[in-house]
Amino acid sequence: MALDSKIPNGPIADKWTNYKDHINLVNPANKRNIDIIVVGTGLAGSSAAATLAELGYNVKSFCFQDSPRRAHSIAAQGGINAAKNYQGDGDSTFRLFYDTVKGGDYRSREANVHRLAEVSVNIIDQCVMQGVPLAREYGGLLDNRSFGGTLVARTFYAKGQTGQQLLLGAYSAMNRQIGRGKIKSFTRHEMQDLVLVDGKARGIIARNLVTGEIERHSAHAVVIASGGYGNVFFLSTYAMGSNATAAWKIHKKGAFFANPCYTQIHPTCIPVSGDHQSKLTLMSESLRNDGRIWVPAKLEDAKSIREGKLKPTDIPEADRDYYLERRYPAFGNLVPRDIASRAAKERCDAGFGVNKTGEAVYLDFAAAIERYGKEQAYIKGLDASDAKLIIKLGAATVANKYGNLFQMYEKIVDENPYLTPMMIYPAVHYTMGGTWVDYDLQTTIPGCFSIGESNFSDHGANRLGASALMQGLADGYFVLPYTIGNYLAPDIKTGEISTDLPEFVEAENNVKARIERFMNNKGTHSVDYFHKKLGKIMWNKVGMARNAQGLNEAINEIAALREEFYNDVKVPGDAFSLNQELDKAGRVADFLELGELFAKDALHRNESCGGHFREEYQTPEGEAQRDDENFAYVAAWEYKGKPSDAILHKEPLVFDNVKLVQRSYK
Amino acid sequence: MKLTLKIWRQKNAKAEGKIVEYPLDGIEEDMSFLEMLDVLNEGLINKGDLPVSFDHDCREGICGSCSLYINGEAHGPDRGVPTCQLHMRMFKDGDTIFIEPFRAKAFPVIKDLVVDRSAFDRIQQAGGFISVNTSGKPTDANAIPVKKHDADRAFDAATCIGCGACVASCKNSSAMLFVSAKVSQYALLPQGKIEATERVLNMVAQMDAEGFGNCTNTGACEVECPKGISLENIARMNREYLGASLKG
Repeated sequence: MALDSKIPNGPIADKWTNYKDHINLVNPANKRNIDIIVVGTGLAGSSAAATLAELGYNVKSFCFQDSPRRAHSIAAQGGINAAKNYQGDGDSTFRLFYDTVKGGDYRSREANVHRLAEVSVNIIDQCVMQGVPLAREYGGLLDNRSFGGTLVARTFYAKGQTGQQLLLGAYSAMNRQIGRGKIKSFTRHEMQDLVLVDGKARGIIARNLVTGEIERHSAHAVVIASGGYGNVFFLSTYAMGSNATAAWKIHKKGAFFANPCYTQIHPTCIPVSGDHQSKLTLMSESLRNDGRIWVPAKLEDAKSIREGKLKPTDIPEADRDYYLERRYPAFGNLVPRDIASRAAKERCDAGFGVNKTGEAVYLDFAAAIERYGKEQAYIKGLDASDAKLIIKLGAATVANKYGNLFQMYEKIVDENPYLTPMMIYPAVHYTMGGTWVDYDLQTTIPGCFSIGESNFSDHGANRLGASALMQGLADGYFVLPYTIGNYLAPDIKTGEISTDLPEFVEAENNVKARIERFMNNKGTHSVDYFHKKLGKIMWNKVGMARNAQGLNEAINEIAALREEFYNDVKVPGDAFSLNQELDKAGRVADFLELGELFAKDALHRNESCGGHFREEYQTPEGEAQRDDENFAYVAAWEYKGKPSDAILHKEPLVFDNVKLVQRSYK
Repeated sequence: MKLTLKIWRQKNAKAEGKIVEYPLDGIEEDMSFLEMLDVLNEGLINKGDLPVSFDHDCREGICGSCSLYINGEAHGPDRGVPTCQLHMRMFKDGDTIFIEPFRAKAFPVIKDLVVDRSAFDRIQQAGGFISVNTSGKPTDANAIPVKKHDADRAFDAATCIGCGACVASCKNSSAMLFVSAKVSQYALLPQGKIEATERVLNMVAQMDAEGFGNCTNTGACEVECPKGISLENIARMNREYLGASLKG
């Protein structure tokens, strides 16, 4: 099967407009006769559900949480990009497009990224109309900050809770439609399988997580907005319940899975403190606007710090290595995430790490506190030579910008980051890979769409900061509502899809059999036991740096672990009530397949690009070495029974508007 | 650390519940409270017992999933954090810890420590929104300037995570802090003023219909709120409500 990405013809700046001018539309009266299922209620899912309902479709929305508002988009901190150029600093649609393609290390699809940049401006307008309280300046206009990988300030924000505010905006739009009866909201429900009728996605099988009931739900189209698969690493900044089950089930039913090896390891997270750890906490990239990253320049100082004999504040300025500023003078502490993460790993591997395990670097606000303090003293006409006063004034400014993040750090680590530098280390944060989709955001299954983090299309091999919120809302508010109409136009006469069709019965029986298998297994180890083992394999061999030998080992180890899991997992309780262990068992079973495909994809990609770093392919300075001649394509995998049998399909990436060069932030 | 846990166990919504005692050893200060419960559950599963069910998801204090009434306080003894950010360094070796669900008529127990907070969703569905469709041609975001002071206060109100600690802490099980935070967010912004009258009336009506109690201004909600939502919001909602009622 040849992949058809359905990119419209014409100049890149006109493609989306031309597309919208020529697609099929569904008239408002007919929309009432069409049902759409949306799985997931993060930024993409909730914005899509609300918008589709506003247009007149009947929407059924599913989430495993007890309320749509709790989807993990809520935890996004720093901001959302939009090419508004409010700051007059040279921003434009083209520049946002260019930065995103370059930031993704030239492994994304140009047409999709340009569309994303075009609609980015509408998102901000829409959210303000919804009453999202974005940060403002004293004149009453919206404020911006800078994020990594760009030279303009295009990031809109709401302190360190931008994701929360945007998600609550989309949730409020959903609530309005739930109140009108246009959205039926199924909370504490998890999708267990996709139902195909005559080759088209026509419904899902879902489990009611409170009663254990297996339910059939039909629709004319199914939209997957279930997020990323970073929890394949067990430890990550994802929520505990974040899972790949919906995405993996559609993969097993025929949706190709693209670039699974593109994973974002975020540079600024709170380091691991012990074996009991259940999750990792991010410290927003926005902190790199004001924080300076460093390690001691001398090995003996790093050793003394690890042994508790020296404090970071004891190290004089001359003996500190601000390694990002040293290596990348143009972008400094605001290099993209993949680069900042690898640089931290490089320093720690070389022995300069600063916590007990040697896996941490400093993020220091002393310089920013002093700078802001002096600024405030000047504004207020106070004595700028009073060091104590300067620190007090500066700390207040920093608190105003990042207060909740500093508080969170202090609660977790028990150290005051206003007085001593934060300790940070990279952690798994986002997956750029995901379900393959065409320009319509449709998967290789007709009628099955994938939006937000669960698809692969816009971020290439590395996502820039503040671009995930942009993509989730772009897909849900401004892209899918058009493209899905184009698909549904011929379906206006179909009528309601019956859930009594044999395809529904068969899918339901398969789901029940799988659940019974877990319940009857009576093994000896908990689900977490296996999940943690999988996570260790992934982090050690498929993590920040990969090589062929380690990847081959990982593939074998994951396959063996999967077999062990099915023989030996123990799920207590029963299947007919709330059973959180059973919920986890289904999710981990899918991760145990996805992890193997992930490693296989990483092994086949004999180059380094963005978040995928193969040790064999690096420049003499240790930067990622792409191979555009052989690997400028999307790797889309077709399921064939086992991850090891997956078949590779290639979508060549054509760059007409951006010149492929070695990515440089020097 | 060695602890004695006394935990509310309840098989389902209809079953009777009771406190069950569990000794627990090997807990470290750096663990979060929920990681401590993970350790307990792992032990229970290995022994062939049923693990304790509790709601949790992001474990970074923002999704509002986690609840738990710990030693008589919503989210336990620390201030300004929900249960997932409560750390074991707040407790001492040898402590006995009582762990119960959030209790309110409008929050029925589903199982063990898991409660049904969908009443909060229904209150939002009654009016917690601004009626604007996703527009093909929205107004520019900077077309209407908003005073920074108002935008900041709207933001402060909007940081509510919907956990329900306010209800659990209130002797009347009142949801006034939760509802007033949403009403305030919109009341403070020009975009929200247009529907202010209907919004406050509809949300309050739904709040009453869900069986939440009345506010008697004890302020317990503000003390226990993990996000520091201010009582000022309740005062503002009362003004909004009075004004809306007079307008009829």
